[in-house]
Amino acid sequence: MEHTSLLERILRGIALTLVVIFFMFPIVWIFMMSFQTNETILRIPPQLVFEPTLANYTALITGKLMTAAGTLDIAFMRNLWNSVFLSVTSVAVALLLGVPAAYAFARHKFRGSEDIAFTLLSFRFAPALLVLLPLTLYFQKLGLANTYFGLIWVYQLICLPLILWIVRGYFEDIPADIEYAYRIGGHSWFATFRKIALPLAGPGIAAAGLLAFIFAWNNFVFALVLASADKQPVTVGALAFITSSGIQYGQISAAIVLSITPTLALALYAQRYLVEGLSLGAVKG
Amino acid sequence: MTAATVQRARPSGFRISKRVLPYLLSLPALLVCIGILIPFLTSVVYSFQRYRLSQPWARQFNWGDNYISFFTDPKFWNTLQVSLLYAGITVVLELLLGLAIAMLLQKRSTLNNFISIMLLMPLMTAPALAALMWKLMTNPGFGVLSYLASLIGLQDFRWASSPSTALLTVVLVDIWVYTPFIMILLLAGLRSLPTQPFEAAALDGVPRSFVFFRITLPMLMPYILTATLFRLLDSIQQFDIIYAMTQGGPGDTLTVFQVEAYLNFFQSTNVGRSAALMIILWAITYFLSNIFIKNWLRLRERARGQA
Repeated sequence: MEHTSLLERILRGIALTLVVIFFMFPIVWIFMMSFQTNETILRIPPQLVFEPTLANYTALITGKLMTAAGTLDIAFMRNLWNSVFLSVTSVAVALLLGVPAAYAFARHKFRGSEDIAFTLLSFRFAPALLVLLPLTLYFQKLGLANTYFGLIWVYQLICLPLILWIVRGYFEDIPADIEYAYRIGGHSWFATFRKIALPLAGPGIAAAGLLAFIFAWNNFVFALVLASADKQPVTVGALAFITSSGIQYGQISAAIVLSITPTLALALYAQRYLVEGLSLGAVKG
Repeated sequence: MTAATVQRARPSGFRISKRVLPYLLSLPALLVCIGILIPFLTSVVYSFQRYRLSQPWARQFNWGDNYISFFTDPKFWNTLQVSLLYAGITVVLELLLGLAIAMLLQKRSTLNNFISIMLLMPLMTAPALAALMWKLMTNPGFGVLSYLASLIGLQDFRWASSPSTALLTVVLVDIWVYTPFIMILLLAGLRSLPTQPFEAAALDGVPRSFVFFRITLPMLMPYILTATLFRLLDSIQQFDIIYAMTQGGPGDTLTVFQVEAYLNFFQSTNVGRSAALMIILWAITYFLSNIFIKNWLRLRERARGQA
């Protein structure tokens, strides 16, 4: 294995370069487009060198696009805020509900615990529309259609299984003896949970929270079905751009860049936990 | 043993709470999810009804009619075919590509680690936005990929807007987003393999193809199975990429299960047919996820054992 020939090293280098180009090119290209005016974008052949402009970002952030035909309102900041609010709140709720449940599943093998845990897991793999389509009709009757409350509730389908299964693994990794020792000292189960289990599982809980945030942020179909324009996150909002008249390709690109930056940044930060999170705790990185 | 003695040493009055406690802890999570189980049952009911939102007065049970009509419905067979084709092609290509990249990056080095982190970026991009990115790049007017295609003689290559290349285009986007998923799982698997068999094989001068097929692949199999089933389950339900890219078009080229159900519900307002489609998809995923969970559990126990 150590004696790799020069030819092999060159071939490996070429293969890796192609891989990196294929996976990085779209992101780099859209990033470049976001700093271009419509005129440079529409030029053929595509330009690699151009005079960068911040006009696209200014238009998105101020929400006003000046065109020859007049001023156009862009609600993108609203979408961005919706994404932040929906993701943060959903993860907070999922942590609040999921961490105690994960602790129960990890520490107490109670009747039906495995069945319940697997039912929650199966939500991760059931077709979303199976639940969403009837839910739209219910939500309309209950007055939950197009409300943050309704959306956050449904987002639990993404966040809860993830948090439950990852955090459960971290609780299982804590030796039970440590907790027993603390209990013998006369402390209540809640004190044990708060002072021993939570801090020890802390990194895992944080990682699960970050991942749940990424998945909530990236979700598309829930909001597409259940939310109308003023509650839509960036995934749905940015897509609507392409059909709306007057908005230019540079602004769409800038919107994409702003929409994917938070998840990419978080992913880089949490990359140590990504393998574990993506496999719901089956593979450790 | 120690656990049992400790339990006995505990103050009395604690026993009741110990039995109830786990239920209390998991109850809130369960309550939230029960609200989600109800629509699932509703879907089952709808699937046995003639139910169109445009004709609410004509709503009635028609029992198996929605399902029976599928047999003679070319649109349904198209849906089934496209869904299976899409899932099959994406999973096979992503598996081969993901395995190849994982093996390229197997050796721990700063460059390899850096590349593997970079390759995570597509996976962390929302699939709907990834589709939008590719849509911009394949735009016939200014798209850089359309331009590159024209350079290699493919004038007027229409990507997602032509029925003959639409599937190829969405598959390409799927590969872009999800190959890193398989790559990162297999890379973790490869790096966790014991080194002794490989050292022994190197000492004996065993050919590398033999090492790959007889040592690496079998040892990696649990990871490959888990990654494949994970992807298969998601891929057969793909909605975001296809809907964002073509809305199931052109025509009904890409009306996979979830897209077809969505269009049936919101465009033709045929709730009954939409629900029946989802139940069939659910049956397929249920079958797959049962195989999946066994593998996943085995791998999970192994990961926890190592911890």
